[in-house]
Amino acid sequence: MSEKKTVRFIISRQDTPDSAPYQEEFELDYRPNMNVISALMEIRRNPVNAKGEATTPIAWDMNCLEEVCGACSMVINGRPRQSCSALIDQLEQPVRLEPMRTFPIVRDLQVDRSRMFDSLKRVKAWIPIDGTYDLGPGPRMPEKKRQWAYELSKCMTCGVCLEACPNVNSKSNFIGPQSLSQVRLFNAHPTGELNKGERLETIMGDGGLANCGNSQNCVQSCPKGIPLTTSIAALNRDTTFQSFKNFFGSDQV
Amino acid sequence: MAGRQEFYWRRLHSLLGVIPVGLFLTQHLVVNNFATRGEESFNSAAHFMELLPFRYFLEIFIIFLPLLFHAIYGLYIAFTAKNNIGQYGYFRNWMFMLQRVSGVITLIFVAWHVWETRIAAAFGAAVNFQMMEAILSSPFMLWFYLIGVISTTFHFANGLWSFFVSWGITVTPRSQVISTYISIGVFIALSIVGVSAILAFV
Repeated sequence: MSEKKTVRFIISRQDTPDSAPYQEEFELDYRPNMNVISALMEIRRNPVNAKGEATTPIAWDMNCLEEVCGACSMVINGRPRQSCSALIDQLEQPVRLEPMRTFPIVRDLQVDRSRMFDSLKRVKAWIPIDGTYDLGPGPRMPEKKRQWAYELSKCMTCGVCLEACPNVNSKSNFIGPQSLSQVRLFNAHPTGELNKGERLETIMGDGGLANCGNSQNCVQSCPKGIPLTTSIAALNRDTTFQSFKNFFGSDQV
Repeated sequence: MAGRQEFYWRRLHSLLGVIPVGLFLTQHLVVNNFATRGEESFNSAAHFMELLPFRYFLEIFIIFLPLLFHAIYGLYIAFTAKNNIGQYGYFRNWMFMLQRVSGVITLIFVAWHVWETRIAAAFGAAVNFQMMEAILSSPFMLWFYLIGVISTTFHFANGLWSFFVSWGITVTPRSQVISTYISIGVFIALSIVGVSAILAFV
């Protein structure tokens, strides 16, 4: 090749959580098998923008680099996804990088995903096994059910489903699909089931399950292919029964 | 039990949209369809509905109160969404957006329609074939009615789909696909019933 191949980036930047966002362009030499993170690392190594001006390195989150931790999610060419698995060869240029604005922005492409971890705490997304004495082994889980539950357990709290959801926004307090699907996961576990009613009661609270408007963008966008809308519909059924039990009474609490 | 209202309001909104508002809509469009059998048929059907026992009770509890709640709470739901079909052009996301748009159009249409017919009747106007013929003689009103009725049938048919999801009846993706086909069928069938009645007045 006579001419050197380059990759162009248009990156949305923001210096502080409250300052106004602006765009900055970068041009990098093409290397085979580049991904968005390796490009961002390249800019960090030599922070010079497309005009040749020295600038600050771009801030972003990353951790596992193999699409299992969820930390490096950002909006790439208009779609939220993990930047570690976004290969430059498969992206249209210029590559546009933006933060997931559903979340509070810390700086540049870095967002604060705390609200999802708070939701997990609210719905008690764990199996309570602690006691003042040894509670002994829990009940066994059928293998078939374990395999089914494994699909739900793939959630990495990346935030893509919240970003894609039209009902998760500044005008609404909807907790989003991520934590709802975890309620289904932990309610399906033989020991987790002991707190089933409690979890259902929580998601029947304000900003909970009923705020879903069935746009089903979440299931289309989930990088892990988690059946989020099936989880929501299943929880709709569970909460229907729960509300009947609450009102008409039941011995199965 | 703090902050439990929203769940029940949403479920009530979903329920009332089908029972009784959706059922009333179906009955109303079917009775209107008498117009296709001629002026006399329509007038006698309208007269029969007018003379139903407990008419005011039925109107208030089967039509006005449920409709009013569904409309007001629906507006709140519609305006808390941030539509994003530009980025996510999936079928269901389109339906999500159209459900909100058709809801607002339906509300405008129904408000005008109630004013022009039921409230006019309360002030002494006779609701009969001639009244509708006079209203629909204006091309603008004809289009207003056609768009209004089709948006209403769409909102009901698509709302029926969400009703089945919201109450946990259709859980699997397959059952939701089949219920999409059923809702398309309901939309087409009710639109034919409604539109043919409108055209009978022209």
